[in-house]
Amino acid sequence: MTYSGFRVFTQGLTGNKGWTKAWRQPDPKTEYDIVIIGGGGHGLSTAYYLAKNHGLKNIAVLEKGYLGGGNVGRNTTIVRANYFLQGNSEFYSHSLKLWEGLESELNYNVMHSQRGLINLFHSDGQRDAFARRGNAMLAQGDDAELLDREGVRKILPYLDYDQARFPIYGGLYHRRGGSARHDAVAWGFARGADRRGVDLIQNCEVTGIDVANGKVTGVQTTRGPIRAKKVAMVAAGRSSQVAAMAGMRLPIESHILQAFVTEGLKPVIDHVISFGMGHFYISQSDKGGLVFGGDLDFYASYAARGNLPMVEHVMEAGMTLMPMIGRAKVLRSWGGIMDMSPDGSPIIDKTHIDGLFVNCGWNYGGFKAVPASGWCLAHLMATGEPHPVAAKFRLDRFRTGRNIMDEEGTGSQHNLH
Amino acid sequence: MRIPCPCCGDRDRREYTYYGAADFLDRPAEDAGLEAWDNYLHLRDNPAGVTRDLWYHDPCQSWVEVERNTVTHEVLSTRFVSAKAGASA
Amino acid sequence: MTQSHRIPGKGLMIDRTRPVRFTFDGKGYEGFAGDSVASALLANGERLIGRSFKYHRPRGVMAAGSEDPNSLIEVHENGQQTPNVRGTMQEIFEGLDARSQNHVGPLNFDLMAVNDLLAPFFSAGFYYKTFMWPRAFWEKLYEPAIRRAAGLGRLSGKHDMGLYEKAFAFCDLLVIGAGPAGLMAALTAARAGAEVILADEDRRMGGRLLADQPEVDGQNGADWAASVVAELAAMPNVTLMTRTTVTGVYDDGTFGALERVSLHRAPGEAPRECFWRIHAKRALLTAGALERPIAHPDNDRPGVMLASGLVGQMGKFGVNPGKVVIFSNNDSGLHTARSLTAQGIEIAAYVDPRPLPVTEEFPVYAEAEVVGTRGRLGLKDVSIRHKGGTSVIAARTLALSGGWNPTMHLACHLNGRPEWSPELAAFVAKPGMVPGMSVSGSAAGFMSTRAALLDGHQKAAAALIELGLSVPEISVPESEDRPWAISPLWAVDAGGRAWLDFANDVTTKDVKLAAQEGYSSVEHMKRYTTQGMAPDQGKTSNVSALAVLAEATGKGIPATGTTTYRPPFIPVSIASMGAGGRGEGFAPQRLLTSDAKTRAMKAPMIEAGLWYRPSYFPRAGETDWRTAADREVLTVREHVGVCDVSTLGKIDVQGADAARFLDFVYTNTMSTLKPGRVRYGLMLREDGMVMDDGTCARVAEDHFVVTTTTSGAGQVMRHMDFVHQAFCADWDVRMISVTEAWAQFAIAGPKAKAVLATLGEMPSLPFMGCADVTIGGVKGRLFRISFSGEEGYEVAVPTRFGTALFDHLVATAEGMEGCAYGMEALNALRVEKGFITHAEIHGRVTADDVGLGKMVSAKKDCIGKAASQRPGLFEDREQLVGLMPVNQGETLSAGAHLYNEKDPAQREFNQGYVTSVAPSPTMGCWLGLGFLKNGRARYGEVIRLDDGLRGRKVLVEVCNPVFFDPEGGRMRD
Repeated sequence: MTYSGFRVFTQGLTGNKGWTKAWRQPDPKTEYDIVIIGGGGHGLSTAYYLAKNHGLKNIAVLEKGYLGGGNVGRNTTIVRANYFLQGNSEFYSHSLKLWEGLESELNYNVMHSQRGLINLFHSDGQRDAFARRGNAMLAQGDDAELLDREGVRKILPYLDYDQARFPIYGGLYHRRGGSARHDAVAWGFARGADRRGVDLIQNCEVTGIDVANGKVTGVQTTRGPIRAKKVAMVAAGRSSQVAAMAGMRLPIESHILQAFVTEGLKPVIDHVISFGMGHFYISQSDKGGLVFGGDLDFYASYAARGNLPMVEHVMEAGMTLMPMIGRAKVLRSWGGIMDMSPDGSPIIDKTHIDGLFVNCGWNYGGFKAVPASGWCLAHLMATGEPHPVAAKFRLDRFRTGRNIMDEEGTGSQHNLH
Repeated sequence: MRIPCPCCGDRDRREYTYYGAADFLDRPAEDAGLEAWDNYLHLRDNPAGVTRDLWYHDPCQSWVEVERNTVTHEVLSTRFVSAKAGASA
Repeated sequence: MTQSHRIPGKGLMIDRTRPVRFTFDGKGYEGFAGDSVASALLANGERLIGRSFKYHRPRGVMAAGSEDPNSLIEVHENGQQTPNVRGTMQEIFEGLDARSQNHVGPLNFDLMAVNDLLAPFFSAGFYYKTFMWPRAFWEKLYEPAIRRAAGLGRLSGKHDMGLYEKAFAFCDLLVIGAGPAGLMAALTAARAGAEVILADEDRRMGGRLLADQPEVDGQNGADWAASVVAELAAMPNVTLMTRTTVTGVYDDGTFGALERVSLHRAPGEAPRECFWRIHAKRALLTAGALERPIAHPDNDRPGVMLASGLVGQMGKFGVNPGKVVIFSNNDSGLHTARSLTAQGIEIAAYVDPRPLPVTEEFPVYAEAEVVGTRGRLGLKDVSIRHKGGTSVIAARTLALSGGWNPTMHLACHLNGRPEWSPELAAFVAKPGMVPGMSVSGSAAGFMSTRAALLDGHQKAAAALIELGLSVPEISVPESEDRPWAISPLWAVDAGGRAWLDFANDVTTKDVKLAAQEGYSSVEHMKRYTTQGMAPDQGKTSNVSALAVLAEATGKGIPATGTTTYRPPFIPVSIASMGAGGRGEGFAPQRLLTSDAKTRAMKAPMIEAGLWYRPSYFPRAGETDWRTAADREVLTVREHVGVCDVSTLGKIDVQGADAARFLDFVYTNTMSTLKPGRVRYGLMLREDGMVMDDGTCARVAEDHFVVTTTTSGAGQVMRHMDFVHQAFCADWDVRMISVTEAWAQFAIAGPKAKAVLATLGEMPSLPFMGCADVTIGGVKGRLFRISFSGEEGYEVAVPTRFGTALFDHLVATAEGMEGCAYGMEALNALRVEKGFITHAEIHGRVTADDVGLGKMVSAKKDCIGKAASQRPGLFEDREQLVGLMPVNQGETLSAGAHLYNEKDPAQREFNQGYVTSVAPSPTMGCWLGLGFLKNGRARYGEVIRLDDGLRGRKVLVEVCNPVFFDPEGGRMRD
């Protein structure tokens, strides 16, 4: 069923009785050409692009819970292409281009909204670092503008320009940056993959990965064994546990990132804004809630919930930057489990097991990567060669020291990225 | 979240700085090779369950190894990292 | 007629001797002290208080507490406004300016109500299926329209000037909720001598005892509550916190709680709210239970209330509901009907789907359902479908009781999952969901007053035993102990729209549509329909919605499960949790001992981490930073300059193995350093990248003082402690940060020694020498080191003498044609010399990248050495170089990228980037430092500096980063 305004109209006239299922609920078959472990954003987009770009049909996505129940459904929904380092730069640029056509690609309104992202800076040194980043964005063919204090004030008049502990010097303005409706991205890719014949199997937990003679042969699941020629592990938040089933130890430590949403408010923040001197970034959703977040809780955790010190830090940062939000009330807080890698950049690669692929280590930048991550993993699985824009996301880069992409410069301590 | 410091007793999480898994205690020899160093610096068991990791209690400058559960956040035991370290370097 | 809907003599919470005037939407009203906005409006006969989120349907007060989904208002004061305030929670005060929200035009004629007519097209998730074409219309047309229509209240856009606080509290037992169970528990624990905190959301403790006022211990329950509260208040080990909602449970007995300190008064000097962090050894959740409505067609009109809301508004505030219809599927609804009748309220009908063999003083419709209501802005009548057909009964209030959901949200905050109780037709907490916390009273499903009192006592006794305290003898008072039964009815099937989530306008049709379209897990349903995501957080709708979903999918309620309850329990202002962060409060301010003098000299201060440092010291006639900085640089080069460098981290390292230890943390060798000498040191992270640099002074055989960069001080201290404690704890070495113990000043320039001579007898130090000195009787230290390339000294004295020393040094220097210099000059001086800072050692560079590869000693292991030798770190690296404009007049900018002269500024052609620049009066042009691919092999090459962001393209010559005095004669001789 194709979605359109006309369809909404005609269905409305007939009691909305005719809407069909967004995706089937198939039982798993005993064998697939490709099995993808993980029905989150990345897994679903991988399945979609395997079918769409490479014409592959016999694919299953195995999800232990419900589709989109991981980080794609619990994040601050920021979409941007503003990286400095080569490797990241071309990848996120590609992803943003895919975002820009995603509604028509998926026939699903993911509400991608390019409302503009402003990274504020608060010292000469930070300005230099952001200028360096902005110039990298321009060199990649993306957009970037350097705003001075008055330039920021024109766009964001409500920030505190007088009192803040760290005065605003200016901002790096990325007009094509913005946000999207997170659940819709998962659902859109799920529906798109399903329409191309991919079996999306929920409540199906993988309990083992079968390997024979150095080659993957299938998976064991709570709904029985499934044979497969190729298997991809796309289970951010549980990457280490899934990889352990294949005897692998990943360069990943799992950490909690909290985020917050307020009650609905009439439009007050048009842009995505990030503070440069504390951990705070914010935007307003189409429903009116202020959606904001900060940094990790900083200790390894799978609890999907956080503690008060970071909650308070985030709120304090909000109050120093934009005290006009003080009377907005936080409605919900939640925590996502982040795959933190030693350089803050992701991994899309083959493994030492033939036919077994890994996609992990998205730190807390995975949401905006959803389209390109699937695109590139699909390319790698279908062709055997890394996609050019993801060629540096190698699993062995930490061992060799080659193409480490440490944007923050904080080194091989997983929680510092 | 509260963690018992072996020196100062039960203290709030905000007094601590986190480092990472206790793997960081098992430093390989200088010439141990790329695999050993990769294993030491980057690769992690990253268990969903009981783990041991390293916390710095800023007020008393003690490095503390904490045995705790990453799913429930329950702290099982703590000890000074210096308790088992020797003249390895 | 004012307060026309007040029952004479009723209303525990109001003081009828104190009328209070306030306005709602600009119209004046009178209530009594103690009223909420909701109760005062109801007492004045106003049922319409707001508009719903999506369809803009008229909405009235449903409840009497924080669970109310409808009564959201704005409160205005002094040009500030607070949106989405619950009218049931906002107490009135003289002059209160309350306003309705989320409507266009007047509240009683909201133009956005046209949405209600379009409801067939606004089904769940409709926006995912449309607004996709043409693409450009999304940001320009569709989305702005959606955003304007969405949202509820408004922020003013002005800074929140209110006062807020945060505080810590500690106790043995935290009791959350002061109803019968909570009061009984607190009394038990208090008499045992435990430190007790009793927190309650209301301004008066008693919970439901204040609403339906059952008899307790032979007296009105409210009076019993008052006597218990009086006893508790007199005990030194008890803290009573009213107007305080416990909002979240965190690890290890940590609770967040919001106290509404002064929101019930006109703004004054007290904080509006205080956010508490409570650490409790044990906790009891006695938060009661929340009633849920029944979904039936048009169940959302003003005048439709929860039965408990009606009872609360009557008992606490004396609100007269007029003629009442009650629709209930459980025994508490029937009890309410009897109780209201006894109080003289006319029950026009009691409607119950169960077969009820009872005869009452009021009309009973058994095996019957409410199938509709009428009344555009307020309920007029109710349609009842019963065995005999359908009757339409006129009523002013329809009270719904669909059963009770125990308020166990907090018990789920640590990821515990509640279990389904078929007897209660509700989810209840399982033991142990939060370590150290029990759930008691109706929150645990004990529905009668007597059962709640008994359970509160027993759970408190159990906590006391765990705390090692003895349980006091205490008699639990008698009270009603009625049996309670329910026959679940979630939704009445009678066509039309039946609301589940009143705040977000989610009807049973929406939930069924979600299931029809395959969004059939409870999380999908919630996200697709937005059920439970409104300000009431689904308190009255979650269970009913999942029950309707369970019916639609045929899975059953236990298998369907709940969504996750997450903090906060009620919405909490950002300002309260962020109290103290506004303005300067966000981070500590570290001030130099020279700070006052520096500011007196009119130096603009800039933030350097947590420190404030002078940018430059302007003199008369100097109009910009550049003039001053140039003058300061030349003064240092020609005469002498003084600069406060106390911000550098200083670590004192002592012990027989101190030298051996430093050999291990630095790449180079410190053990060969002689006492009285200083060496530059480079530190790597264990991953082989440069962590920090500084100087290492051996002040005695077993005593070193090392410096770190300003920003690296904390990290280096932690790192050195780690290396010591983890790898060589048995070595004889101790270290401590002495950054704040010493004030340290650089004296640099040809006349440095002359300035120094004014401090008394000073040793004649060689370059990189150090010595203990006495200055005016004060013991200090002198180092001959240079960050400027001139003959330089740094003199350190205990912090308390810093101010005096700085004053002296500046005055002395000025007497010799010298000056104080700031960060701009300091930067230019170091760039001229090619000295690196964290602009260069930004975390991605190796020692080799910055040209210091030879400093990594081959003779010993050190932290970071092994990883620094990974093969990939020697391939095609960007290396530190100097950059000078080919055309001397051109400006360089940090953050620019480097390209070969003819290449386009595209990623594939990138050759590197610029890290630091400075105008150099010494060299007569701008200078830059940067990283360039294989840069050290490219000295003399002309490349292009490209700063597309600022439209700058400059040809630069690659050179040695040491621009000035490359032999270093000036600082050595």
